[in-house]
Amino acid sequence: MNHWENVLKEALSAVDAASDTRSLDDVRVQYVGKKGIITSGLKDLGQLAPEERKQAGQLINQAKQELFKAIQSRKEQLMAEELNQRLMAESIDVSLPGREQKTGGLHPVTRTMHRIIDLFEQVGFQVVTGPEVEDDYHNFEALNFPPHHPARAMHDTFYFPDGDLLRTHTSPVQIRAMKNMQPPIKIIAPGKVYRSDSDQTHTPMFHQIEGLVITEDVTFTGLKGVLNQFVNAFFEDDLEIRLRPSYFPFTEPSAEVDVAWKKEDGSEGWLEVLGCGMVHPNVLKAGGIDSEKYTGFAFGLGVERFAMLRYGVQDLRQFFENDSRFLKQFA
Amino acid sequence: MKISEQWIKQWVNLDQGIDKTVSQLTMLGLEVDDVLPAAGEFSGVVVAEITDCQPHPNADKLQICAVNDGKNTLQIVCGAPNARTGIKVPLAQVGAVLPGNFKIKKSKLRGEESAGMLCSEVELGLSDEGSGLMELPADAPVGESVRDYLQLKDTIIDIDLTPNRADCFCVRGVARELATLHNLDINEPIIKPIESTIDDIVSVSVNAPKACPRYSGRIIKNINNKADSPLWLKESLRKSGLRSIHPVVDVTNYVMLELGQPMHAFDRNKIDGGIVVRMAEDKEHLTLLDDSEVELDASFLVIADKSKALAVAGVMGGLDSGVQPETQDIILESAYFDPAHIMGKSRRLGTHTDSSLRFERGVDWQLQEQAMERATELIISICGGQAGSINTVSSEQDLPQQQEIVLKSRHLKRVLGFEVSFERVTDIFQHLGLEVVTDNSGWTVKTPSWRFDLSIAEDLIEEVVRVVGYDQMPADLLHSDDVIHTIPEQQVLPITVKKQLVDMGFQEVINYAFVSEKQLVNCSLAESAYALANPLTKDMAVMRTHLLPGLLANIQDNRAHGELDLAFFELGKVFNQIDGEALQQADVLMLARCGQAQPEQWGRDERAVDFYDLKGQVDALLKSVPGQVNYKTSERPYLHPGRQADIMLNDQCIGHIGQVHPTITQRLKIKTQVYVAQLDWHSLAQRPVPKWQTISKFPGTRRDISIQLPEDIAWKTVKDGIENVINQESDVLRQLLLFDVYKGEHIEKGYKSFAIALIFQAKNRTLEDKEVDKLVANGVSFLEKNLNAVIRT
Repeated sequence: MNHWENVLKEALSAVDAASDTRSLDDVRVQYVGKKGIITSGLKDLGQLAPEERKQAGQLINQAKQELFKAIQSRKEQLMAEELNQRLMAESIDVSLPGREQKTGGLHPVTRTMHRIIDLFEQVGFQVVTGPEVEDDYHNFEALNFPPHHPARAMHDTFYFPDGDLLRTHTSPVQIRAMKNMQPPIKIIAPGKVYRSDSDQTHTPMFHQIEGLVITEDVTFTGLKGVLNQFVNAFFEDDLEIRLRPSYFPFTEPSAEVDVAWKKEDGSEGWLEVLGCGMVHPNVLKAGGIDSEKYTGFAFGLGVERFAMLRYGVQDLRQFFENDSRFLKQFA
Repeated sequence: MKISEQWIKQWVNLDQGIDKTVSQLTMLGLEVDDVLPAAGEFSGVVVAEITDCQPHPNADKLQICAVNDGKNTLQIVCGAPNARTGIKVPLAQVGAVLPGNFKIKKSKLRGEESAGMLCSEVELGLSDEGSGLMELPADAPVGESVRDYLQLKDTIIDIDLTPNRADCFCVRGVARELATLHNLDINEPIIKPIESTIDDIVSVSVNAPKACPRYSGRIIKNINNKADSPLWLKESLRKSGLRSIHPVVDVTNYVMLELGQPMHAFDRNKIDGGIVVRMAEDKEHLTLLDDSEVELDASFLVIADKSKALAVAGVMGGLDSGVQPETQDIILESAYFDPAHIMGKSRRLGTHTDSSLRFERGVDWQLQEQAMERATELIISICGGQAGSINTVSSEQDLPQQQEIVLKSRHLKRVLGFEVSFERVTDIFQHLGLEVVTDNSGWTVKTPSWRFDLSIAEDLIEEVVRVVGYDQMPADLLHSDDVIHTIPEQQVLPITVKKQLVDMGFQEVINYAFVSEKQLVNCSLAESAYALANPLTKDMAVMRTHLLPGLLANIQDNRAHGELDLAFFELGKVFNQIDGEALQQADVLMLARCGQAQPEQWGRDERAVDFYDLKGQVDALLKSVPGQVNYKTSERPYLHPGRQADIMLNDQCIGHIGQVHPTITQRLKIKTQVYVAQLDWHSLAQRPVPKWQTISKFPGTRRDISIQLPEDIAWKTVKDGIENVINQESDVLRQLLLFDVYKGEHIEKGYKSFAIALIFQAKNRTLEDKEVDKLVANGVSFLEKNLNAVIRT
């Protein structure tokens, strides 16, 4: 083994022995720095005889190339190790709590209302609203409740001294819509309604959604179909519904809609969920609609009722107690 | 209305179980509320006779009875006061089981053997109230099962009638419905006119024919006042929830339940002259059968005699003129009263009777004489007596008329959306009692006197479809009208803003729209309050004028159970009645916060929510609202005097923000600062449709300055000043950012320091330092000259 081969061997083992980039750099300086052994060897080539010079030059350059390669590879290795060490030192406890962003929630009545609105908007219903303090005309008279009619007694009405009242249903919006719009009319009217009744199953204020469709060709069977689809879409279930004759002054024929419902105890029964019917010709007349040309259907549902069924709420009163422990459940 | 299954079956031949009948009634529109057994579950109870009664040697209130059960004579100890020799009573034998699984055993009571129990109606589940033994008729066969004897294999159906179906307040009406459904005829009882056997005729004068278009009276003399109502009569009444009172009264009640005609019986000898039907006089007094004394006015119709009112027509009879145990001669009344004249009257008298319920909704106006004959026949068969002729006074012009209604087959199909056969429709109408004439195009009907709810073709359509069955009707799809309605892009929906608030950490609440007056007074918000005439409670007596009281109550309640960091919002109407103006019903959004600004966390400092937290959130809501938003100090009494502002949009006040006045929060025991902001909904509900603008390709540049200035100078003054000065010369100032406010060390007392960044950018060129330096210098010199500011280095 010639001299340069020995030098290279020593140098390579020094490279291997370098434990960090700094000591590796020392090795580099020692062999290939300005005054390094190999650098000096190359400088001294001139003093050799020409025939030796070529061979020696080749040997030294080869050693130099090899050493560079080794240093480079060792350097990459050491840098990776060092980076790794530094990153390890930077580790954190990923289980510590994050900086929580406070989020709120919609009231369950709003949530339910919008679920219902979204379903009806799919088939072209438009949302309209009306006042909560109403007059007798819109709440009763135009809806075919004559004065002293026994059906008025079914609505426990809140009155004001001047004779105005808190609307007992969202149906007055029907009259307002008929007067403001031209058929075809296809609206839903969500909002608060008021009845002077307060017990386990009644609150003096609650929410209804009224639906009204007036065209040249709506029928009672069409109404049944719409409500059937709506109930199934709302509950995401293929529930049996039944229409049952009932009485509302503003519809004829009228129906209550019951849903076949499985109760908590496993028993099944019919549960009343909404009222509906074909718009009474007197109501169409009050709304300025030609009842010879157009027919209409209307329906009204209680939002809290749907919310209770959908989310299993057992106590109606909780909706208006605004206890955040209750409200958060629907966020 | 309660009605027994067996009674219905006497009227219509139904060969079906109770479940089917119940569901058919419900599907006909006569909603069945409840189905009850005619009696409680019991066995081992027989008819027995008390043959002897002796006082118990060791107990004052007990008797020792010898009781014959048809086989043996038993000794039974009994505590009922009416136990006496000779009466027939139900005996629960040893081994019997009474309702509630109560087993009868042989026992000793105060030392005396007792081999069974004598029963009351309550103990057999026949009635909810009453005391003493149930006394059975004298001819009850001793030893027979009481269940068989009383025909208790029956079911009571409780029907909840809608106000339009007055005709179904009787067995006949309900039977007619079922018969129509089954295409059967009803079994009408044979009601023959009773021949008069005496000449007595009651004189009737009707002075108010509009209110009383028909009045029939009849005298029955010499009834046996010892007679008792027969078992079938008592049981029929009991199953319908009525008590047996007196044979005559029982018969009138029976006829009401059977045919639907409420009747009344007067004691003839208490009546001065004949019957006068008139309106009451103002302040006329009368003591009713239920012992209540009422004061009437001219809107009440009364049945009177020559000198006094006897009864409130259609509501209740008077105490003095009614049938008494000793009564022998009676006057029977059967009338048609106009519903509008009876409506609401019983409610005004604080009562509610079977009679008023029927008259209010309409009684068959051709039924009066038939009901009179039926009642007479029953009274004579039970109590004997002789009947005079009926005296009926009718005012034909004031009686309702049969309605003629035309229904075209085309119309029927158009409303229903499916076909019902012509013959079926005709059948339905006929079974319902309508007179029908048909032609090619449809039906012309005349309505019967018992139907007050049929006046237009749609009413007939409902009759058809409810008998055909709503469940037999196909369900069609909605025929889309294929209209795409536009959605105004400028319009912001409540749900959009609500969701934005939810993302900001707010929980939505919904409060009652009525509050107590005190809640409003507490917040100095009661001035424009609109009060209900008939509130449920004092706590819900006035409409809210503001959302603040509700939200404060929510904060109070939630803090009380340990929820301290709260952020609520409500969107709802507030109601303000300002003198001389129409009531305002405005939609308003309110935010309320208290407690920690952010959830407690190990890596950040705790800090209570403050004015600027809420202001920042309001700004975020208003970001997309077109116009200039400003905050102007204000003076609302319910807010902290130094921490409140009006929220101005283009010089119009659209809301306010501030800390709730500490005296209000203290009064509510809320021991923290509460910040609220209110915004008119309509100011939020508009946003502009975006309009494209070029984006500058040239770099912006930022200059920071720090100034010291007197403490009382508002940021807005500084900002407006700098902007004005710079904008006068150039349009390159993009933003003025206040990034630090400092008071304390290194700052003179009475002064504060602002650190402000000025950000410049031009649309069409790169700005030169020279130009920017000059603009900044202009701004600074304005501050120095006008606001007494000093540049800090």
